[in-house]
Amino acid sequence: MTDAWQPPAAPAQFAFSAENEARARTIIARYPQGRQHSAVMPLLDLAQRQQGWLPPAAIEHVARFLEMPRIRVQEVASFYTMYRLRPVGRHLVQVCTTTPCWLRDSDAVVAACKNKLGVEFGGTTADGKFTLLEVECLGACVNAPMLQIDDDYYEDLTPEATERILDAFARGEKPAPGPQGGRRSSEPTGGPTTLAQFTKDG
Amino acid sequence: MPTLTIDGREITVEPGTTVLQACELLGIEVPRFCYHDRLSIAGNCRMCLVEQERAPKPIASCAMPCADKMVIRTNTAGVRKARNGVMEFLLINHPLDCPICDQGGECDLQDQAMAYGFDRGRFHENKRAVKDKQMGPLIKTIMTRCIHCTRCVRFATEIAGVEELGATGRGEHMEITTYLEQAIGSELSGNLADICPVGALTHKPHAFAARPWELRKTESVDVHDAVGSNIRIDARGREVMRILPRLNEDINEEWLSDKSRYAVDGLKRQRLDRPFVREGGKLRPAEWSEAFQAIAARLKGQDGRRLGAIAGDLVEAESLLALKDLMAALGSPHLDCRQDGAKLPGGVRAGYLFNSTIAGIEAADALVIVASNPRREAALINARIRKRWLRGGLRVGLIGQRAGLTYKYEHLGAGPQTLKELADGRHSFFEVLRGAKRPMLILGMAGLARPDGAAVLAEARRLAETAGLIREGWNGFNVLHTAAGRVAGMDLGFLPGESGLDTEGMLAAAERGELAALWLLGADELPMRRLGTAFVVYQGHHGDAGAHRADVVLPGAAYAEKDGLWLNTEGRPQLGRRASFPPGDAREDWTILRAFSEVIDKRLPYDTLADLRRRLFQLAPHFARLDAVEPAPWGEFGRADRLDAAPFGVAVSDFHLTNPIARASGIMAECSRLAAGGAAGTGTHG
Repeated sequence: MTDAWQPPAAPAQFAFSAENEARARTIIARYPQGRQHSAVMPLLDLAQRQQGWLPPAAIEHVARFLEMPRIRVQEVASFYTMYRLRPVGRHLVQVCTTTPCWLRDSDAVVAACKNKLGVEFGGTTADGKFTLLEVECLGACVNAPMLQIDDDYYEDLTPEATERILDAFARGEKPAPGPQGGRRSSEPTGGPTTLAQFTKDG
Repeated sequence: MPTLTIDGREITVEPGTTVLQACELLGIEVPRFCYHDRLSIAGNCRMCLVEQERAPKPIASCAMPCADKMVIRTNTAGVRKARNGVMEFLLINHPLDCPICDQGGECDLQDQAMAYGFDRGRFHENKRAVKDKQMGPLIKTIMTRCIHCTRCVRFATEIAGVEELGATGRGEHMEITTYLEQAIGSELSGNLADICPVGALTHKPHAFAARPWELRKTESVDVHDAVGSNIRIDARGREVMRILPRLNEDINEEWLSDKSRYAVDGLKRQRLDRPFVREGGKLRPAEWSEAFQAIAARLKGQDGRRLGAIAGDLVEAESLLALKDLMAALGSPHLDCRQDGAKLPGGVRAGYLFNSTIAGIEAADALVIVASNPRREAALINARIRKRWLRGGLRVGLIGQRAGLTYKYEHLGAGPQTLKELADGRHSFFEVLRGAKRPMLILGMAGLARPDGAAVLAEARRLAETAGLIREGWNGFNVLHTAAGRVAGMDLGFLPGESGLDTEGMLAAAERGELAALWLLGADELPMRRLGTAFVVYQGHHGDAGAHRADVVLPGAAYAEKDGLWLNTEGRPQLGRRASFPPGDAREDWTILRAFSEVIDKRLPYDTLADLRRRLFQLAPHFARLDAVEPAPWGEFGRADRLDAAPFGVAVSDFHLTNPIARASGIMAECSRLAAGGAAGTGTHG
């Protein structure tokens, strides 16, 4: 992995695909008449899913689509960290290092990621498959430590589990999201302590 | 109406008044950065904290509406401590580079830091630095100084009507920028630097030029359009350094258009600083006496009917009257102050004034704009229309070329035929006008400066009458002028006398060689090629089209260099005051005419400006009632005639280059190039 990743150039043109355009119209229709600008966030998300990130052309397309000034869309897109204003790899790996995860040894998860991918935070692998980011709390503290790949949370991580997940993604598979230590959702690690009977039957 | 107590004093205020406004009513000063009384409330600087009884913590007074029985304290130790704390936070990331900052000396942050700041910083970490943004040739940015009050964003969005400024990023990473750092496409952008409470946005043309306390301040009026904006001219020595708006609620509020503000460098370039006489096809410098003799020689023995005079757009009332008197003495009936050929009606004032008044726009509830682009012709009238439109309930129709106005309008049609349909009541917008309580019509010069202008004027008058624009206490008929000197010229009758020729007539006569001599008083917007072999005297301040054609050039004074009266498009007389002196041998215009009259033995009967004004006020008493609008009685004007089918053109095709001063300005040239789609200047443009 000596060659650095070459990020794709910003496209000069952007337009919603036919399918996404139909979805965009559905989204806009959810808002009351005269409040169409409220659809800016889901539409930016839609554009980002189509393009992988939000180049200026996509921001301008959304602005035109909603008849909004471009700067107003740019304000929204730059305010929220989930909108990517620079190109990222095919999979976005976001590792939480905020206190609860850190107490549960997120350092080891981070080390496993860096080791496996061979990049530092903010870096993208030379094959353009992964971009690694450090993020603040993603709200899954009870299953710490955790990371997010694309739309899914992988929780209760160990360095081994982390490497296994990344390997699977590298092979083009998609491992099952959620807690990796065997428990269901965020139930206690020793099994349920209340409604035990109910849970066993259910 | 809520009654509250502030610092032990009781006050009753209108519902919706904020605590800060109530404090101001009592004369209590509350420091603020983000609050501005003409912008929406943001409440983000926190400088205006006051204490409210039974509130757990200090409140931001700018965003807190007054409620009954509120008890507010603004002078306690707690308030002072809270403001000290806010100031300390504001200064954490502020560079404290006042010695090299152009805002220094007139900076809200500097002033308030004197009152509320600590004498030393306690922040020893690194300050944040922000890259400067490109915002075009008028606004210089030093974004590290920004305290994120968002006044500029709100001004651009609300007043200027161009949503191009915004705050990107968040928290510590928030930055004020235009979209992808494009220049601001507004003709009011200079006001951004005025409302910026710190040195983040400053006037680029004025960068590092002068300190505010070195400048001599003169209150005057603007002549770059016919709005009559009130200005303050700041000069150092003989040099006019900058122009700032002055508050006048009836006209410009506290704003100023970019041309009025930044064309000031045009006062230093292309100036006529000595008389010139044409010899062997070339203009050569001459003495005043030579120039006068040259003219006298040509006028000697001429029939007055072979002489003419045309006055330009920037001329003040005094020289108009002096030239009119001179032409009368010479026996010439050929006078005109309408160099664009607008068919304005002489005699009937209501037919050429902005009768509703500018402030009256705020009362209107329906508006039809005919052959005008207010944004280019009178940016501040446009801003007033937008202000009214934002409040809701104003329907705007436009007849003429589509334009990028800052409010929504219905395009009714392109030419006089639509106007006729409207006047006949055959157009759907007619009912909008007739059903409105305060309907308005704005007629632009593009409708009048055409061969069928008188017929267009007659149609507009008919529409005003049929749609009920003229009512008790309301006159909705408005002519929007583009020339600052025009209304004074009309009022003084600087118009063709009995069997006299108008501008077009004089041009045609000159082409046929029937005009021996023509006196141009600052008139540059004429097709000079048509002047034929006529002997042309150009009296003015800039070497523009007129001086190039002239046979004798008499150097006059620009508006900043003379005392004079100007009437704006409403017919409001305002006094412009001398801030500087004309360059070299140039003189104030009325004195030139007075001196020349003596050379030809037709001495004008006034030796001082006071004498001249006395005569002026005798002829037109309303000129003496400064700053007051004289309501004009309705009358018969215009001439019903065949309408041309051609669509209306535009009166101002290039906002930045409408007069000789603006055309001499390098900054206006750069703005014009940008507006025409040229590339933005590089970083080395300073």
